Order: sequence, then structure tokens, then C-alpha cells
Amino acid sequence: MNLAAQLAVLPVIIPLVAAPITLLLPQGRAPHLWATLISWLTFAVSIALVSMVSNAGVISYHLGDWAPPLGIEYRIDMANALVLALVSGIGAVVFAFAYRSVEREVDPRQSTFFYCAMLICLTGLMGVTITGDAFNVFVFLEISSLSTYALIAMGAKSDRRALTAAFNYLVMGTIGATFFVIGIGLLYQATGTLNMADLHDRLAGQSNRMVEAGFAFIVVGIGLKLAMFPLHLWLPNAYTYAPSAVSAFIAATATKVAVYVLIRFFYSVFGFDFAFVGHAFTYVLLPLGLAGMFIASLVALFQDDVKRMLAYSSVAQIGYMLLGLSFATVEGLTASLVHILNHALMKGALFMAVACVVFRTGSHSIQAFAGLAKRMPVTTWAFILSGLSLIGVPLTVGFISKWYLLTAAFAAGHWYAAFLIVASSLIAMAYIGRVAEMMLLREPPSEGPYAAAKEAPMSMLIPMWVLVAANIYFGVRTEFTGDMAARAAEALMLVAGGAP
Amino acid sequence: MERAILRVTTKIFFAPIILYALYVQFHGDYGPGGGFQAGIIFAVAFILHAFCFGLEETKKALPQRALIVAMVIGLMFYAGTGVATMLLGGKLLAYDVIVPGSTHHAGQHYGILLVEWGVGVTVASTMLTIFYHFTGREPDIDQEDW
Repeated sequence: MNLAAQLAVLPVIIPLVAAPITLLLPQGRAPHLWATLISWLTFAVSIALVSMVSNAGVISYHLGDWAPPLGIEYRIDMANALVLALVSGIGAVVFAFAYRSVEREVDPRQSTFFYCAMLICLTGLMGVTITGDAFNVFVFLEISSLSTYALIAMGAKSDRRALTAAFNYLVMGTIGATFFVIGIGLLYQATGTLNMADLHDRLAGQSNRMVEAGFAFIVVGIGLKLAMFPLHLWLPNAYTYAPSAVSAFIAATATKVAVYVLIRFFYSVFGFDFAFVGHAFTYVLLPLGLAGMFIASLVALFQDDVKRMLAYSSVAQIGYMLLGLSFATVEGLTASLVHILNHALMKGALFMAVACVVFRTGSHSIQAFAGLAKRMPVTTWAFILSGLSLIGVPLTVGFISKWYLLTAAFAAGHWYAAFLIVASSLIAMAYIGRVAEMMLLREPPSEGPYAAAKEAPMSMLIPMWVLVAANIYFGVRTEFTGDMAARAAEALMLVAGGAP
Repeated sequence: MERAILRVTTKIFFAPIILYALYVQFHGDYGPGGGFQAGIIFAVAFILHAFCFGLEETKKALPQRALIVAMVIGLMFYAGTGVATMLLGGKLLAYDVIVPGSTHHAGQHYGILLVEWGVGVTVASTMLTIFYHFTGREPDIDQEDW
């Protein structure tokens, strides 16, 4: 077997084959070790792919040797190589982190199924990112979503509301997936092809009701999956009641992959020849992105549950990504891609810090955070550093994101958007500040359920600090994220055909 | 003996249903049929058994744990065929490498047969697992227990 030639399919095949094997392992430590090993292997393969794409350009892999557009094609360019590395990297960290947290928060009889579902979720997310076939996107999107519903429902051991949250997400997610597949169906009817590159060629110059309706269905369907502002109602409950490790994993990956799919469809499938793309940017993504940034941030400010607060903050951060890509410039798209990567790093670290607190106190209410700087200093500082990153303080990745976004906003002539970005960062400062104040300045409780809290175990602290360190490292050195994202954005813009 | 006709009929039908499932299974790569349909029909035989003799009797014949193992084995047939073609030097699921140099694409035939077999086993065991869970459901939870 020539490994280099098969590399393109391995990020999907490794977790896909490994997931069912998990079920045969004995209960206890084995499923976790197995899943962690697989996630590291997947991450290594993804890094190899990034360097291959970076040196040799686009990789195209034909499944079953059937040439596209008839066969399914895996097509890896700079943009999805970056997202692949991100998803598998977050997977590698969260899988390693999960053991103690899952032991406490998930029914032990379900722990084998838990790691199996996590691997299937990883498979789905990698598949969505890697494929160059529009229908394949739908299949993998459903693979990842279905496993996510199950994973969220496993939070039922600590809070029965996880069941309704999972059901709610199931309904909304299925509506989203149905809309998406209706959109794909309409495009298929209009063009007779499902391959993205081929769709792009055949859609050129076509602008009729069917294609327009297909476009609208796809945008709304993916909008539901990525929790675009008014379609975000499933997200807060899902993130709040899911087991903490699951919250960390899906908050850092699932919505990011959906944003990537949106970018892929806007830029690589439709392109700016299709007038609706420009309209969608100006009349849908820009206002909804701005509204999401503010309304969701304001709602986050008034949450007494830290996980719910972070969930609303995620909705707001998705607003930044939509804002960036709605500028329809290389700078804007770069900002959007950079923020996809950076937000995953900070939200992953924040949710992991909350997971540590939940592990020791059993609660994610803000009351449980009182005086934790004395009881759990390592966790506290991880939370505060990644919180600073979320706000956008210099030397963290958050600053890089905001910097790219502000530059793009000024370059695109949306100077008011630049002011709004800064203003909404101030709200982020307020809600992170609330938790920081609780942790740093309050006296730790001497009695009650939270009194016995002590530092989280090493198996949780080390992976969490790896992510916190990544927040700082990529905030100082932007060669990897910034330059790669810029190259990805230029390539995407070239296919899309310049400014609308 | 109670419901003798029902019991005897079920016993008579059980084997032909499974035979029919296998017919649909192996017919699948040339005509209508295939793993999905065959898996469902295969599961129907056991569902009929459960209707007649009760869930506990069926679980004795085909325990839950065996179904999970069957699911994994089915998936492994499918994925394993894909990985095998990769190990033989082809692309994932490029069946032609299974029988190299064949003039009438014999590899395609064997490949799809293996994959369909995997699909059949997985679908049958998944169907039965869903059936076991729905019929073997515990009574509703009291309002107090929430």
C-alpha cells in the first residue's frame, strides 16, 4: 500500500473503522484509551495532509476508482485541510481529556457507547470537511448530527433536561438536514450532477427559480446546523445539558464545520456569478451576523449558568464568522477562517475549564465558581486566560481574529461594523468578567455542596492547558493560522470569481 | 396446548422467511434486492418469533450482546473490504484489485457481494436491536422520579 496515495481517505476511514471496534472492548479504561489513540492517529494524518496540500496543492481522491463527477471525490485544498487539522486536533485533546469527566457525568453502562459515538461524530465531521461531493456532505452531516444527539442525551445521568435538549436538537437538526437535502435535490435536478466542482461549472450562468430555491434551502438548512442567529434556539440547551466533554468537543467543532460548509457552498459551488450570493451576503448574513453578535452577547451577560453563558457566547462568535465572510473580500474570508480556528481553540479551552469545575463541584451554576481561585487555581487561570482570548486581548488568538476582522471591515468600507465588533467585545469582557470576579474575588464557601472543591486531576489539566497554550502560541505566531487561512481564502476567492 | 395453530404456523414460516432473506441478499448485485432489504426480511423472521413466543424466548435464541457483535461484524465486512482494497494497492472500495487481470470485472462482483453481506448483517442486527428496545421498554417513569 502506498501510504501517501491513500492519505486523503485515512482521516475518515481510521475513526470509521475504529468506532465499531470500541463496542467489543471490555468496559472500563480500554474504550477511552482506544478512542484517544485513534483520535491522535487521525490528527497525525491530518497534519500530514496539511503539509502535503501546502506543498503540492489540491489533492483529489476518487473513491472506488470511479472518476468524478460520477464517482465520489474527496477533494482537499487549503481551506478544508485547515478545518480537518482543527477538528482532529480538538478531537485529540478532548478525547484525552474526557475519561474522568465522563466517568462522573455519564452512566458507566453507557461509557463504551459514549466513546463509540464520539468516534462516529469525529468521522462525520471529518467526512463533511473532506468531501468534494455535495450529497456526501449531507450523509456525513447526518452521521455527525445523529451521534451528537445521542451524546447530548447521555448527559441525562446528571440532569434529565439533557433528554429534552437532545430531542429539541434532533427536531431542529433534522429540519436543517431536510432543508439542506431538498436544496441539493433541486440543484441536482437543475444540473444533473452532485460533484461540487462540476456543480460550479454547470451552475455558471444559470439563474432560475429552481436554483434560487435550492440556494435558499441550503442556506437555511446549514444556517440551522451552524446556529445562525435566529435559528440558534437548539444550541444553548444542547451545550448546557450535554456531558461537559461533549460540550467542549461539539462547541469547538460542529458549528465550525457547518460554517465551513456554508463557505464552501457560497464560494466553491455557487460563486459570485450567481446574484443571490451577493444578496445573501448583504441582506442576510451581514445583518444577522451583527444582530447575533449583540443580542446573543447581551443574553449571555444575564445567564447564571456558565455553560449556558458560553453557549450564547458561541452564537455571538458565529456572528463574527458570518460577518467576515459576508464582506466577500479575501480579507473578510481570511478573518472568517482564522476565527473558525481561533474560536475553536478558545471555546474548547473554556468548556474544558468548566468541565473541571463540574467534575469537582457537580454544578455549572455561577455560584459553584465562587472563590475557585483559592481552591482550583490551575483551572481558574486556564479559564481566565482563554476568557481573555475570547475578549480579544493582545498576545492571544482572540486578538488575531479581531485584528483580521477589523482590518477586513475597514477595507470593505463597513466602518460601522468595525465599531460594532469592538462594542460587542466589550460585552464579552463583561460576561467573562462576571465569572472571573466570582472566581478571583469572592471568598470560597466554607460549607454547602461546593465547599469540598479541590484541584482537578492531572489527566484533565494537561489536555486543557495544551489548548490554553495553543491560545497563546497561535496568538503570538500567526504564520500557521493567518498565512494558511489567507492562502485558503485566495484560492476560494479565485474559484468564486472575484468580488460580486 | 394454547394457540397451537399460531405456534405451528410460525415455526413453519420461520425457515422460509430466512431463506427468502438470503435469496434477496444474494440476488442483490444483479437485480432488485440487496443487503438492506435482506436484512429487514431476516429480522422479520425473529420479530415474528417474538410476537408468537414472547420477547424473552427470542432473546434466549438471539441475545442482545450477540446482536451488538453482529453489528460490528457487519460493519467490519463493509469497511474491511474497503481497507482490503487499499492494502492490495487500489483506492478505497476499488473492487477490481480483488481479482486482478479479470476480463469481466470479477473483482467488482466479489467486492459488492462482500459489502452487501456486511450491510445485510448490520441492518438485520440493528433492526432487531431497535425492536428489542421498543418492546422491552421499561414502564414509564413516574413524575416523582424526574
